[in-house]
Amino acid sequence: MRRFSRFNAVSLTLGFAFLYLPMLILVIYSFNSNKLVTVWAGFSTKWYGELFQNEAFLDAAWVTLRVAVISSTLATILGTMAAYALVRAGRFSGRTLFSGMIYAPLVMPEVITGLSLLLLFIGIGLDRGVFTIILAHTTFSMAFVSVVVSSRLVSFDRSLEEAALDLGATPFDAFRLVTLPIIAPAVISGWLLAFTLSLDDLVIASFTSGPSATTLPIKIFSAVRLGVSPEINALSTIMIGLVTVGVITASLVSKNTALRHERDAKAAERT
Amino acid sequence: MQRIVLIAVPYFWLVALFLVPFLIVLKISLSDPALAIPPYAPTLDLAAGWQGFLEFLRALDLDNFVFLTEDDLYWKAYWSSLKIAFTATFITLLVGYPIAYAMARSAPEWRPTLLMLVILPFWTSFLIRVYAWMGILSSEGVLNQALMWLGLISDPLTILNTNIAVYIGIVYTYLPFMILPIYSGLERMDDSLIEAAEDLGASKLGAFWLVTFPLSVQGVIAGCFLVFIPTIGEFVIPSLLGGSETLMIGKVLWEEFFNNRDWPVASAVAIILLLILVIPIILFQRNEQKAREADQ
Repeated sequence: MRRFSRFNAVSLTLGFAFLYLPMLILVIYSFNSNKLVTVWAGFSTKWYGELFQNEAFLDAAWVTLRVAVISSTLATILGTMAAYALVRAGRFSGRTLFSGMIYAPLVMPEVITGLSLLLLFIGIGLDRGVFTIILAHTTFSMAFVSVVVSSRLVSFDRSLEEAALDLGATPFDAFRLVTLPIIAPAVISGWLLAFTLSLDDLVIASFTSGPSATTLPIKIFSAVRLGVSPEINALSTIMIGLVTVGVITASLVSKNTALRHERDAKAAERT
Repeated sequence: MQRIVLIAVPYFWLVALFLVPFLIVLKISLSDPALAIPPYAPTLDLAAGWQGFLEFLRALDLDNFVFLTEDDLYWKAYWSSLKIAFTATFITLLVGYPIAYAMARSAPEWRPTLLMLVILPFWTSFLIRVYAWMGILSSEGVLNQALMWLGLISDPLTILNTNIAVYIGIVYTYLPFMILPIYSGLERMDDSLIEAAEDLGASKLGAFWLVTFPLSVQGVIAGCFLVFIPTIGEFVIPSLLGGSETLMIGKVLWEEFFNNRDWPVASAVAIILLLILVIPIILFQRNEQKAREADQ
């Protein structure tokens, strides 16, 4: 066992301080009672109160949540289908174009994705609003879902599926009863990824939204463009809190599942 | 039957919402600006039939691209985006490598927790993480207050709305993308290789430079591309943390479209940005391919 050197300890401490201090400072200052955000004037939760009084923010939060749930669900369905087609469907005409179109959005700058979709929506005369944001988010996040799901599909043993088919299952049943449970963790993490990307997106939503629909990131961006605002600090704290709780819960759940699998495997060995 | 549906549905979706929009951008980049709705000419008139289509093709030209080469602003914007992306990637590597290295050297039971701590910020809103720095770097911000309280400076430093703030923002938000690939390379490394090098007389630094670093090169390259590629087209960081001196192409495109309403030029800016990105993307894929082959 090699000794953990002082240099490594310093790198880790400084590294994690760099990653977490800015967010910690943001959280602390969200409880500052002063309107001048950077001057500390005592503990207060009044900005949280004002935030929940602010109709515009609540509306935007509701729009964002709806867009994120619908677009990530659509992206998960389409992305899983695309991954399945790429990994399992063998050769078909236009496969190269297909895989190119799936992976291109991963590296496409957001400004270009946003611009091109906006020009399409204007070209076909589609009014911009919640619907167009959902279309845009589904398109760019399905790429991320396909990457996650296809890496799982590649690694799993195909003979399980073939066994189900040999035993008389229809292809759909084989997918539902054998494949889906195995790739489920990848599908779930794909959904979570798509959901987060949608919640977070400013650029594409700015291009594809209309006056009738404003998402939370658009609202935040226009509020902070000119400087720090105490209400946004409070809002950020809530969002950071939700993500932290979510990620920790998810990792505990997956750890427990892994432990249970291990126990089951051991029990199976003994019998 | 099911196979056809499986392929056709996502295929159709991507053609309609990815390929067609891209072709529209390409087409508009070849059109001329016009004072009309939509603000460019020519527009394709399907009623005019084949003759109309030929007229339409004849009216397309490269004027916008010529305009881009003549106007200094765009050259400077592309050049400075590349420069900022390159410098920021290098700084991210310098910051990220020691962290990834220390994580890979830590006790195995600690690694999942450390890994989660690196990934956690990635799930937190990008916008909020950039915003957090506004309160820190502004002239009355936390950093200046701390430095003045320590007596290191007497007047506040101007950091917000400069390129330094942009670098800090990029390093901060993209750091996990650098750490993860380097860590996954270093983690698999066999400790006995370093011990062997040291037994054979290499100094600690020599063993690192001759054994550890070459084994992590693939991860370093992957991390650099993962930071470099998205940084070139970055919009949020330069517009919140940057100032008037910060010229980045993502921001130029945004302003060209929303403020100047010049769609043809905005489209031409987008096409050139894509052409610039093609090179690093191909190099990145080649690196990944090599990594996969090395694994087998």
